[in-house]
This record gives sequence, C-alpha cells and structure tokens, in this order.
Amino acid sequence: MAHARVIPLHGNTTSDTAANGRRARQTARPGQTPTLAPPPVEPPAPELADRLADLVAFARRRLTGEYEVDEFGFDAELADNVLLPPLRRLYQNWFRVEVIGTHNLPDETGALLVANHSGTFPIDAMMTAVAVRDNHPRGRFLRMLGADLIFKTPVLGSFARKSGQTLACNADAERLLRDGHLVGVWPEGFKGIGKPFRDRYKLQRFGRGGFVSAALRTGTPIIPVSIVGAEEVYPKLADLKPLARLFGFPYFPVTPLFPHFGLLGLVPLPSKWFIEFGEPIRTDEFEAGAEEDPMLVFNITDQVRESIQQTLYRLLSQRNNVFLG
Amino acid sequence: MAAHIVLVTGVSGYLGGHLAARLADDDRIERVIGVDTAAPSPALAKLMGRAEFVRADIRNPLIGKVIATAKVDTVVHASPTAHPAGPSARPLHKEMNVIGTMQLLAACQRSPVVRKLVVKSTTAVYGAGPRDPAMFTEDMPINGRLPSSGYAQDNAEVEAYVRGFGRRRPDVDITTLRFTNLIGPTVDTVLTRYFSLPVAVPTVLGRDARLQMLHSEDALAVLHRAVEQDVPGVFNVGGDGVLLLSQAIRRAGRVALPVPGPVVGPVTQLFRRTRLLDFGPEQVRFLNFGRVVDTTRLKTVFGYVPRWTTRQAFDDYVHGRGLRPVLDPDRLAAAERGLLNAVDLLR
Repeated sequence: MAHARVIPLHGNTTSDTAANGRRARQTARPGQTPTLAPPPVEPPAPELADRLADLVAFARRRLTGEYEVDEFGFDAELADNVLLPPLRRLYQNWFRVEVIGTHNLPDETGALLVANHSGTFPIDAMMTAVAVRDNHPRGRFLRMLGADLIFKTPVLGSFARKSGQTLACNADAERLLRDGHLVGVWPEGFKGIGKPFRDRYKLQRFGRGGFVSAALRTGTPIIPVSIVGAEEVYPKLADLKPLARLFGFPYFPVTPLFPHFGLLGLVPLPSKWFIEFGEPIRTDEFEAGAEEDPMLVFNITDQVRESIQQTLYRLLSQRNNVFLG
Repeated sequence: MAAHIVLVTGVSGYLGGHLAARLADDDRIERVIGVDTAAPSPALAKLMGRAEFVRADIRNPLIGKVIATAKVDTVVHASPTAHPAGPSARPLHKEMNVIGTMQLLAACQRSPVVRKLVVKSTTAVYGAGPRDPAMFTEDMPINGRLPSSGYAQDNAEVEAYVRGFGRRRPDVDITTLRFTNLIGPTVDTVLTRYFSLPVAVPTVLGRDARLQMLHSEDALAVLHRAVEQDVPGVFNVGGDGVLLLSQAIRRAGRVALPVPGPVVGPVTQLFRRTRLLDFGPEQVRFLNFGRVVDTTRLKTVFGYVPRWTTRQAFDDYVHGRGLRPVLDPDRLAAAERGLLNAVDLLR
C-alpha cells in the first residue's frame, strides 16, 4: 500500500473534508514553517511551574493534615480543589447552565435558598452549589441541607459533609443561618426528586414548612430558586418498588437508559439548564415568636412555592428545546 | 462564698488526682479530701501535697461518715469513667459509676453542710449518629439512642440521679460538666492510645468522624473554677474547632487503615482480646460519626474560654508523646522544596 488511508474523525467520508483535515493538520505544525522564528527555549511556562508548586503544596498540606475543617465538617480547600472542578466541567460543558438573578443573593449576610428538586439523582443541588460559588461576586459557598439517608450512607455521607452539607434539621439550619451562611434547601425531598417524568415541573408538597420557621427564627430572607433542565437528565419512567425495598432506597428508577444499559444509564442526558435566583422574601418584619404561628408558616411556605412554580412556568415557556434551550 | 472543705472522688484517676493537687495549691481552700478505692500512684500522691487521702469505696455507706465528720461543703464527683484507656471489667465499672453515684448522692442528701456538687460527665451522653445535629447544645435531649450498656449510658444514668438529687435538695448548687474527649501529653484515654497505635490506625471505610477534643489542662481548670465559683447548671466543655478523624491521623503522622463496615465488629473484638484498646459499640459509633458540642454557655455563663483549641490540644498531645510520624512533615516539606528547585533548574 502506497498511501495510508485517511480515516476522518467525524464520520463524514467525502474526500473534500478529508483534504481539509490534511490541510488543517499541516498548518497545525507551526514549528516547521520556516517563516516563524525559532521557538523560545522555556520548557515549563511560568504559570505551569506555579501550578505545579500549588499542586505540590496542596498535596503536602493534605498529607500532613494542615487544613481547616469547620464544625459541620466542611473542608473548603477540598471542595475547591477536588470536589467542585469535575462538577464545574459538567456545569459548563454538559448542562451549559445559565444563571439568572445573581444580584438577589446577599453579599455577606445569611439567606435561605429554597429550590425545586428533580432529576432522580440530586445533580440539581450540586449544580446550584457551583452556580452560587462561580456567579456570586464574592464567590460564596452554598451550604446545603441533606436528607439523613445521605449521612447514613458510607463514603457519600463523609463527602457530603466535606462539601458543606449538613443534616436537614432545624438546629443545623438555624446555626448556619445565624452564622451568616448561604443555605440551600430542597423541601420537596424525595417526593420531588423521585417523581415520575410525567409530573415534571409540578412542585410537590413542601414538607412541613420547617425551613420557613428556621428563616423566621433567624430573620433571614428566603430566596426562591427555580431550576429548569434537571427534570430531563434522568427521566424516571417507572419505579421498581421491590428492588428499592431490597436495597433500602426510596425508589429504584427506570430511565430510558437505566438499568438495562448498565453504566451507560448513569450518563445524564445533556439538557440545557437555567437556574434563576428570585426576589428575596423578607422574614424579619414579623414579631418574635412568629414561627410558632402555623398559619403564618403555611402562608409563607405557599408564597415561596407559588413563586418558584410561576418562575418555572415562565422559564419553560421561554425554552424552545430541552437540549438547546 | 468559696468552698472550704472539698471532697474529691476518684483521686487515683487522672482528673481526680490532678484536681486534688490543684485544689491543695489553692490557699482559699481549707482542706482537700481525696477518696478512691485504690491509693494514688506515688507520683500523683506527691503532687497532691497537703490533700488528704481516704481509702473508701463510694458504693459503701461509709462515705456518708467521711462527709459528715469532715464537714465537707463541696463534693466533686470526678470518678465516673467515660473513656477508660484499657480493657476493663465492664460490670465493675457500671457498679462504680452508677451505684457509687447513688451512694454518694444519698450521703450528700443527709449532710446539711453540703452546699455544692460538681459532677464530671461526658458529651457521650448525646450519642453519635447520622441523624444527629452537627452540634449539640445543653438543652438537647440526652439518652435518646444510646447503646443500652456502656459508659455513655452510665453517665446518662448518673446525670439522671444528679437531677433527682437537685429536686430533693434545691439549696445545693449543682454544676454538671460534660467533657468532650480528653487529650494531652500526659492523660491516658482510649483516644490517646488509639492515635498512638503503631503505624496504621484502623478506621471505618467510607466514614470520617468530626472530633472535638479538650486539653486535660483545660478540663482541670474548668473543674477548679466550678469548685471556686458558684456557677450552677449543665455545661458542655470542649475545645474550639474540629479535626476530622482522617486529618487527626495525618497530623499524628499515622496511616489510616480503613476497615470495611461488616468487618469492624470482629476487628474491635480482636483489639479487646489483645488488650490493646477497649472499643465498645459506642466508641465505634463515635469513630463513625463523631460528635461536636456547642460551648457558648461555657464561655458566656460559666465564664471560661478553653485555652487550647481542638487542633492545638491534639498537636500538644502528638508532640508531648513524641509520636514518631510515619510521614514526617519536615521531610515532606524538604521533598517539596527539592522538587520545586529541580523545576527551577529546568527553567
């Protein structure tokens, strides 16, 4: 054989594109073109050396335990260097998340972010954490409240704490809010995240409104967060209840790809996401002890729920395509 | 009114003995009487100076005679064990902790002179689990999900009897101090032995407990203050800040050896049999989930700010014990410098 066959990478077999590919490869080697000056001799670029220095210092700090962890078990250094980067790839390249209303997040005081929950697997919570960290002008961390199932599960539980999550209970929520953190809560819980695909974007019951009493007791604003796109990542078509009971899961989902395609079924569908932070709802204008008034708590709960539901409908009506936005 | 004649139980133990020594050094206190079933070690006895030692069993009604004849006005109950270092006979400890407390309280109730009771307890009474809040405050319920037998349960029962005593003798000031795990260069507890296991420290796979520790010097200072000042109430006592179990193991220069959950039981059995460590079910739960308490009341109401943070206390223990790190931080730092120099040379 005199000529090696050109195998195009993009499945397009016309000779035209093959030629284009060859041309592109030729121009991609500028070092060999005589018109260019000889390449300067500086093997590791300075920023590369700096990055190496950072990496080595990071490794040493981790190996010797030289880092801070707060009372909740949150390890900011680990979150920034290990836990968030892979999520950020997913955030930017896979879901192409668009964030609306960052100005509604307070600069340094506490706030309770209340969001809709969906997607069979809590990717929406992780993406919201990235959205807050990357879009807030001061790069604040979102501290999330999670179900006890998370903390019962080995590996998952310890990573959840390190990433800034804690148990969804009033004591922890109020402590975080009083310390002035941004706290994220998904009050629909398993009812929301595990709802069938046909019920997508229909908000479920908001628990017992525990999050409202936590906000009232600490006088922190509630920020409704509406997430569009998460419903389509793992469309839950059916629920295998006996398997769920066997493994102790709240549900065992059947999605278009899971479980029959095995690991492939774990790949989320690349839906286009929108996360909107809504207008804060103030809770500091009620007298002390207002959290004991169940009617008020229910009213605020409904107000938050309604606000999220309306925003969801608006975002959905503006969306033309699930995958393109 | 400051204390004059103080009775300290459990003076052969670390806290009781060193507290008696501190009180003996304090001129404001007229007399210090230490009680225990066994005599303190010669070194401890020397430290205790003018403090008197009475060999008595607090499970025996005789203790009432000691309190009555010496006209004791302040009783420090430092003997309940919470984190014994080595394996020991469980039933005996239970007897000492619970029955001993009942006898001691009965004796206190009889004596009209007693006007203050200081009780050493442990934050283990809060338990440890995945459904617990991140930080416990004093008003959270205790005794909820504790293993039915164990030191945590003992201490919960001791506290219950102390509350009963408080109802019967409202004129007595009662200070209950819930200590987190003690650590320091000289104290000997299950944790200090755990972290000084040779080379590898077994942990539970997939778990990383949050640990809060209290320097033994801070514990003694808090007990001393409770004797001197009138600060009735229940107080959590612990250092500021948290170390993760994995982090503490790294700071001690050890290597963690994660053990899968189902094998944890047999492994702890092995440790008990080989008499290396007394790892009861509650210790295992503690190493699974850890426990952190809120010490705001200690700082604002009791008026004591621990001088050591958890991290400082732990580092003091590591240096004081002369633990030889498997991964030496200095050598790691040197390696890092070497690597960066090599990169610089390449440039």
